[in-house]
Amino acid sequence: MSVVVRGVTKRFDRGSDVAAVNDVSFEAPPGKITTLLGPSGSGKSTLLRIIAGLEEPDAGNVSIGEREVTRLSSSARQVGFVFQSYALFRHMTVSDNIAFGMSIRKVERPKIQARVRELLALVQLEGYDDRFPAQLSGGQRQRVALARALATNPHVLLLDEPFGALDAQVRVELREWLLGFQDKTGVTTLLVTHDQEEALELSQHVVLLNEGCVAQAGAPHELYDHPATPFVASFLGAANVLRGRVQDGTARVGTLAVQTPRGAGEGASVHAYVRPHDVRLSKSRERRDGMAAGRVERLTRVGGLVKVSLELENGDPMGVQMPKAEFDSLGLTLGDRVLVDLQDTKVFLEDYVI
Amino acid sequence: MSGVVAARVRRPAQARRGASTTESAWVRRALIGVALVFLTLCVVLPLATVFGSALSKGLGAYFEALGDEESLAAIRLTLLTAAIAVPLNFVFGIAAAWLIAKYEFWGKSALLTIIDLPFSVSPVISGLIFVLLFGAQGWLGPWLSARDIQIIFAVPGIVIATTFVTFPLVAREVLAVMQAQGNDEEEAALTLGASGWQILLRVTLPKVRWGVFYGAILCNARAMGEFGAVSVVSGHVRGQTNTMPLQVEILYNEYNFVAAFTVASLLALIALMTLLVKKAAEWAAHARHARAARTPAAAIAKTPSKAGMVVP
Repeated sequence: MSVVVRGVTKRFDRGSDVAAVNDVSFEAPPGKITTLLGPSGSGKSTLLRIIAGLEEPDAGNVSIGEREVTRLSSSARQVGFVFQSYALFRHMTVSDNIAFGMSIRKVERPKIQARVRELLALVQLEGYDDRFPAQLSGGQRQRVALARALATNPHVLLLDEPFGALDAQVRVELREWLLGFQDKTGVTTLLVTHDQEEALELSQHVVLLNEGCVAQAGAPHELYDHPATPFVASFLGAANVLRGRVQDGTARVGTLAVQTPRGAGEGASVHAYVRPHDVRLSKSRERRDGMAAGRVERLTRVGGLVKVSLELENGDPMGVQMPKAEFDSLGLTLGDRVLVDLQDTKVFLEDYVI
Repeated sequence: MSGVVAARVRRPAQARRGASTTESAWVRRALIGVALVFLTLCVVLPLATVFGSALSKGLGAYFEALGDEESLAAIRLTLLTAAIAVPLNFVFGIAAAWLIAKYEFWGKSALLTIIDLPFSVSPVISGLIFVLLFGAQGWLGPWLSARDIQIIFAVPGIVIATTFVTFPLVAREVLAVMQAQGNDEEEAALTLGASGWQILLRVTLPKVRWGVFYGAILCNARAMGEFGAVSVVSGHVRGQTNTMPLQVEILYNEYNFVAAFTVASLLALIALMTLLVKKAAEWAAHARHARAARTPAAAIAKTPSKAGMVVP
């Protein structure tokens, strides 16, 4: 089922002008993973809690499927919520935790037992029935929390920073696992995270929030390739930020030509966002218009990638990233002079930034 | 390679002795000595004196003193008082703690202060409050005497005073546990469809059961041992409104030392048993946990930690 949020506003401090969530509208498509992404304090967790019914919005409404649920108690919304702390019932065993929602709904015992077994298999925790949460690892608790949230067949699954408390390796594994898991269950999933990589990898739809407002919403690659604002460009993925100016109808950073934003007048200040993998380097002497020269300052090898730190002629630093094979064929060494060409840039007018 | 292994093997032993957090031997001994002397002087000696004095004329005198009509009445009254005060504070305490921990409302800090009031006010004053309220010259005195209801210098007064004095024990204990554990589990239960009552009975109470248990035990101990407030409202009617602590005082003032210490030893015994019950409950809980940890261990050993993560 889809989740539709319309004009939701929430203020925690009645008197203040600052809203935790400010007139937010978006739609989470059914059967997909939607990510609420944003820096801390952007209101993403509050928004998720409003959808779950754990917070009441000051204005706006929330619908799950065809049903408007804004005034409905959390217990009547049929949502599965996985807390950042997992919030497992510490005095209950794993199977009692998973069975909780069903026993509240007075499901018959044999049915509960069958469903618990089924879910334990789904989250790959067979044999852990009689354990207490304190005896599980973080990743295992996470999966018990998922099983518990899914036990009553919720319309939507809400995950609040699901991988926040796990170490890096478990996090990557669980991410893979969640993708396959969501594929199998097909439940509409909303996930809150501050990790842009997680959002790009996991979700079919991203809602990027900043200071309580939607900065941009859409498919992950859409946000990445066509950021609407400098905030989106800088938050999603790494980017070099270069300052430039419009001269003779073309935006330039030093001698580098970048895309000219629409409506840019002569002499306007621009900010160009350049992804490290959108920079092409060459050692040829054939300098065309729009290129810049730079010097290799540092080389860092990260797995199959090489990070090249340059200093451009005008003194600007620039980070470049390329596959190992490309690096080898270039034959770069420290101190080399190279020519820099940009494949793609996102350029915004200066006043846009502030 | 062997050097590395040896270093690893040696480390735990070193950690135990030479770690920077451990004091030198004489400091440790001195600290333990001070603690022992203090404990002996302030806890063991008085306790031993109580039992020693009670049994100084032999077991016969001990049981004779116990069989005394007035002392038996005092024991009965003390048990009755505790049996009423503890359940009352159990309910009040949980309700108050739940209210304060879970909700934001106007006057919350005032309520918190009021809960602490019985602790900050001298018990004698607490007793006096009730005399002023319910006594013959008190606010409600004329109304009560017109209906032939006796509260002060009777059992109801003793129960009320005891309940008042012991009120913070359960509330404070439970509140501390509730605040430490937060609201996450309750919210989880709510999203799983539980109603307010179901959350209280199936999540919150089991979660805070140790807090409730300790609170009730402390409350019980204090209810049986309360002297000041009860002394003011009791009126010291022998065989009728004397609780055990009051009986001890009366017997002592009459130079009836064996009888006084006999009743006192009973109070001490109750206190010791309280501690024992608490400890036993802790052990039982610990054993239950340990058992649960043991059973699936074999299954886990067989599953490599990573195998669980692979998407089939």
